[in-house]
Amino acid sequence: MMQQQQLIPHLFRTEFRKITAVLCKFLGIEHINIAEDIAGETFLSALEIWPYKGMPANPTAWLYAVAKNKAINHIKRRQLFSGKIVPQLKQSSPQQEEIEIDLSEKNSTDSQLQMLFAICHPAIPVESQIALALRILCGFGIEEIANAFLSNKETINKRLLRAKEKLRNINMAVEFPAHEEINKRLETVLTTLYLLFNEGYYSESTDSVLREDFCLEAMRLTNLLIENETTGLPPVNALLALMCFHASRFAARKNESGEIILYHDQDETLWDQGLIAKGVYFLQQASQGNKISTYHLEASIAYWHTIKTDTKEKWEAILQLYNQLLQIQYSPIAALNRTYALSKANGKHEAIMEAEKLKLTDNPYYHSLLGELYPGIDNIKAIFHLQTAITLAKSHADKVVLTKRMNKLKD
Amino acid sequence: MQEFILIFRHQDGQKIASPEQMQVWMKQTMDWIGSIAAQNKFVSGTGLPFGDAKVVGHNNVVTNGPFGDIKETIGGFIIVKADSVDEAVEFAKGSPVLQGEGNTVEVRKIAKNDGIHK
Repeated sequence: MMQQQQLIPHLFRTEFRKITAVLCKFLGIEHINIAEDIAGETFLSALEIWPYKGMPANPTAWLYAVAKNKAINHIKRRQLFSGKIVPQLKQSSPQQEEIEIDLSEKNSTDSQLQMLFAICHPAIPVESQIALALRILCGFGIEEIANAFLSNKETINKRLLRAKEKLRNINMAVEFPAHEEINKRLETVLTTLYLLFNEGYYSESTDSVLREDFCLEAMRLTNLLIENETTGLPPVNALLALMCFHASRFAARKNESGEIILYHDQDETLWDQGLIAKGVYFLQQASQGNKISTYHLEASIAYWHTIKTDTKEKWEAILQLYNQLLQIQYSPIAALNRTYALSKANGKHEAIMEAEKLKLTDNPYYHSLLGELYPGIDNIKAIFHLQTAITLAKSHADKVVLTKRMNKLKD
Repeated sequence: MQEFILIFRHQDGQKIASPEQMQVWMKQTMDWIGSIAAQNKFVSGTGLPFGDAKVVGHNNVVTNGPFGDIKETIGGFIIVKADSVDEAVEFAKGSPVLQGEGNTVEVRKIAKNDGIHK
């Protein structure tokens, strides 16, 4: 029973999007709701049937068979009541009994990538694209998406509804975009994958410290883009390099009780050297071409973090990379990380002055940073900032780490 | 929020600095711009190399270099966001260009999109 309770959510994450993508391609993007409903109903059936009849020997095959049957039943019903879909389908397959829904690995891979591009259509607002991709292709719950966007369920539901309506209106074929459109369309696709990875890696939305599955799924999709001739471009390689470097610290990032271990307290023998080597490989692949994306800069920063020893060279390099990154794209977290690098490269006093210019007093990481910079200079201020950070911190894991740091200072 | 351009004027652009000195200035400049960018106040900017520099005068007379009769040259500029000219001036004060005696940073408001000019 326990096994099933864990297996179904796991299968939901990996199979929901495959079924939805294949059905979307099969039925046409205007029937995206039906594709999503059939995929959803398939999992409902599993939840209803498996506890009584026992788990099937091959759960994935069971899900595919049920999804296929539901899709075919749906087509038959539509034929009876409206006859809207089947006349079109009949042109390619004269007898409906022969309708073949292809859930093979190859077709589900192609369908997912093509769906990713369909969803990331320029006519759909970027935020909606991301929400739609997270929902349809990653099987995220509405609540999780709301958390990722720091928004609420109603807003996300409305956004998804509008986005699907847009998709239906555009009514494009589920296919790869034309060559001259690739770069622009790829930008949104990469943002979505990056967000998916971060959702797993930082996971503020729930109390689980690490949702490794999400990260691995994001890496898998990015890798699919790389393996595809049309989409395997430098920024995609840079993004995967970034993901590899971050993921190399999975095992070192938390202790047995699931608490986060900060970078400089990590046991680097637990860092996955295989993933680091992969990251270096993809970063090299990314250096073809002459355009530097934010992913190139972030991957280079992450590369320097795979070298544990503090050297002047390391922190000077990281500082300059952050200087460049912030000129292209500002974010509060990059500004705070830049200030930390500044303290390592130019000294704590300069960093404290710079930190106070950032005007990020509502941000827990701002106070956490000052709690790191002040000890030895002004311990009372350090404790004050750590206390503020604890109050502002959103996740339990963050509060635990901050409290430990504060208690250390008080001793 | 308004936009201001900070124009770096060098007293003597022909003065050659040592590679080590150049490297120090480069780091200081990058750190200065990084500081502005970290406050989400950086818009754009670039250095202006002296190579290929031309001056086009009255009657389309073209001369090499921005130097000619005047010694002063523009070495680059950045555009920043600021609530007031005073804030833009505070940014300008941090510019490493000002370490050179006689060098200046000129602060000018960008008219486009300021709600007054067209």
